[in-house]
Amino acid sequence: MSKRQFKVWRGDAKGGEFKAFSVEVDPGMVVLDVLHRIQATEANDLALRWNCKAGKCGSCSMEINGRPKLSCMTRMNSFGPDETIQVQPLKTFPVIKDLVTDVSWNYEQNKRIPKFKPRPKEADGTHRMYQEDVDRVQEFRKCIECYLCQDTCHVIRDRERTDAFVGPRFMIRLASLEMHPLDADDRIPEIRKEFGSGMCNITRCCTEVCPEHINITDNGIIPLKERVVDRYFDPIAILGRKLFGIRRRTKSRSEEAK
Amino acid sequence: MALDASQIQQIEHDVLVVGAGGAGLRAAIECSAQKLSTGVISKSLLGKAHTVMAEGGMAAAMGNVDARDNWKIHFRDTMRGGKFLNVWRMAELHAKQAPERVRELEEWGAVFDRTKDGLISQRNFGGHRYPRLAHVGDRTGLELIRSLQDHGIHQGIDFHMECTALQLLKDGERIAGVLAYWRDTGRFVVFRCKAVILATGGGGKAWKITSNSWEYTGDGLAMAYEAGAELMDMEFTQFHPTGMVWPPSVRGTLVTEGVRGDGGILKNSKGERFMFNYIPEKFAAETASTIEEAQKWLDGDKNARRPPELLTRDEVARSITAEIKAGRGSPHGGVFLDIASRRPAEFIKRKLPSMYHQFIELAEVDITAEPMEVGPTLHYFMGGVRVDADSQMSTVPGLFAAGECGAGLHGANRLGGNSLSDLIVFGKLAGTGAADYIRGLTATPTADDDQIVAGVRHATEILKRDSGANPYVLHDKLQDTMQANVGIVRVKDELEKALADLEALKHEAETMKAPGTSQYNPGWHEALSMRSLLVTSEIVTRAALMREESRGAHTRNDFPGEHEEWLQYNVIVKKGAGGMEVEKRKRPDPPPRLKEIAHAKIEDLESGKVGADVE
Repeated sequence: MSKRQFKVWRGDAKGGEFKAFSVEVDPGMVVLDVLHRIQATEANDLALRWNCKAGKCGSCSMEINGRPKLSCMTRMNSFGPDETIQVQPLKTFPVIKDLVTDVSWNYEQNKRIPKFKPRPKEADGTHRMYQEDVDRVQEFRKCIECYLCQDTCHVIRDRERTDAFVGPRFMIRLASLEMHPLDADDRIPEIRKEFGSGMCNITRCCTEVCPEHINITDNGIIPLKERVVDRYFDPIAILGRKLFGIRRRTKSRSEEAK
Repeated sequence: MALDASQIQQIEHDVLVVGAGGAGLRAAIECSAQKLSTGVISKSLLGKAHTVMAEGGMAAAMGNVDARDNWKIHFRDTMRGGKFLNVWRMAELHAKQAPERVRELEEWGAVFDRTKDGLISQRNFGGHRYPRLAHVGDRTGLELIRSLQDHGIHQGIDFHMECTALQLLKDGERIAGVLAYWRDTGRFVVFRCKAVILATGGGGKAWKITSNSWEYTGDGLAMAYEAGAELMDMEFTQFHPTGMVWPPSVRGTLVTEGVRGDGGILKNSKGERFMFNYIPEKFAAETASTIEEAQKWLDGDKNARRPPELLTRDEVARSITAEIKAGRGSPHGGVFLDIASRRPAEFIKRKLPSMYHQFIELAEVDITAEPMEVGPTLHYFMGGVRVDADSQMSTVPGLFAAGECGAGLHGANRLGGNSLSDLIVFGKLAGTGAADYIRGLTATPTADDDQIVAGVRHATEILKRDSGANPYVLHDKLQDTMQANVGIVRVKDELEKALADLEALKHEAETMKAPGTSQYNPGWHEALSMRSLLVTSEIVTRAALMREESRGAHTRNDFPGEHEEWLQYNVIVKKGAGGMEVEKRKRPDPPPRLKEIAHAKIEDLESGKVGADVE
């Protein structure tokens, strides 16, 4: 056991400050364990979110020494023995209290995405698809919605969560639908016009912070950008469609409705 | 100061679902499909419920991997796993309907692992005769909850996140609503509704070593009890055989049964594969008797019998406990679970990615190179609110329960993989049950203000008193006594000790104090959940004291072995005028045809000699 120094942000929407805590730390502990110890002993009302404590639910997201992290997967032995550990709420979302932020904007973005639209089942009542065809979709579906990527995304931060760009989490949700072997919907116009695929400038910060190691940028966002380019800007594809009379939507549904 | 109930926020729905795990979400989707105005409240954010932690898969006899599988064999496995104490009709409904519910998830966007033919793949699991668990690596629960969530948000359901239910409201005997509070502000809200579906899971947080998260405090069980509903089979608490044992801060975190399903074996400190020494007589005919035969099974020999590591969870948990007690445990007080020597690293990383990740990050153990240390962890409540099998309605009109907080499907012991399928089968049935009930109502039940005012007072006194017991300390004490006295192996004296401790804790809890305001105050939330935990713990302990035999997950050292007579009874707990009433209630006779199938020799069932004419 050893004493470790913590600075934890405490406050609410009106403001707050870092409070110092000196805590006994046992071998094998993660940052979340230390916060729980503070909560049980010194600050019963310290607000934080957590659930599974095994990196599977994405509840305990916070900024630890300035880095967006899951506190349940951040081991105490990853810090120097004399290092003070500073813990604060996600910067991109409004603070509710202490380490808890209002992430409801993310749920609103998800709701904007039209739902999965499966092609008809086969004659025997099943859907057939092969492992190699679902591998890339399964990668995106590993997402635990911790919103660390949303927190670190420059576009979302700079634009203060306007709805122009849904953010990396929902770009890969869109990718998981667009690349789903059974999905029959055409999602490209919305991906460009409603969800803002063009706004990502590929800095890969989201990929770096993903605790599930999903290759958000290279496997998700860039392929979507390519599909948008093919639809709107590839002269050969456009000519081909004209020659063969293939119609492809270029207006989004909300534009068509106007 | 007078408290005016009309000042409290009111929200109206036809039906309110309490809990947003698999059962709650599936129930809400069904309610909405039945054209009911539907609300869902959840203590956490959407998508974070414990369903997300389920790893191995959901059991459904689709026969995609082994065409010999069908509902009757799944039904038989479930009954045998539950030591025949299951509600027969529920086990039948579950086995019959699970395949359709799984295919429906695919229709809603779920992407399961595939067979070579492009169908939903299925894996082996303890107690299931054939590969039966539809899965996605070892993150099946995440796939289930996300598929239901992403489908559900487009069905016109109102999701009220971070909202905790405190109390069921009634109009006479009938359900009329729920009193709840918003966690972020601490403000109260009254949901006025015609039916309530509880989907609140179990109460694992009463134990020190548990796979459960903070949410599993028995809220639904305690609310149902207070509202007068009957609870059943509460003595059967499942200890999952394989939880992490080191480091201390993750002790209890689940290690999926999929490790054993995919070939993992259990060893003691002497390197012995000890499960061969613990094969019970009733499973001997269907279990490999030698290491060689078990190896053949792993290599795909369809005539080889299953390895003993895949016996039911109660058997494996008891065997591990016995090995540790005999001094053959691992350095940190568990046993070894080894898949590294059985499968190539690539296979392990592909089929068990979360386990690989979890061990490397939290324990600094590479499971592709070295064995894991594992030991039993409190995982699941087989018991819960007693419900009608087809409608899921409790003994309180308008109150329904689905998933872990309902009782009946699993009897004395649940098979792995039967939980996720339970959620979707009985979640849906609870939805249709609630719709049928509401259609039959002639007047809308209305809760009077007195109940609401009393509920609010009871909750806020914790904040208002000047000083008192620290709820975190009380929770620790509760976990100590439940772990020590209501564990895997139970005995009368210890159960009585637990009851005495619970009595003392109840008195202490009357003076709980949470410092701070009502705004997102975990100390206050902890104190409120302590009340549910105390009721739940007392129910479990009293039921465990009454059942004087050892069956499934309930092991009494002073009453070893199954007693034929006890198979005739369920233990029922309900609130009486003078306090908690515990009753030994005669079970109805099993339907003869189902009984025949459950007790048939496997050869006779598979050849059609038994049960061929049962649809």
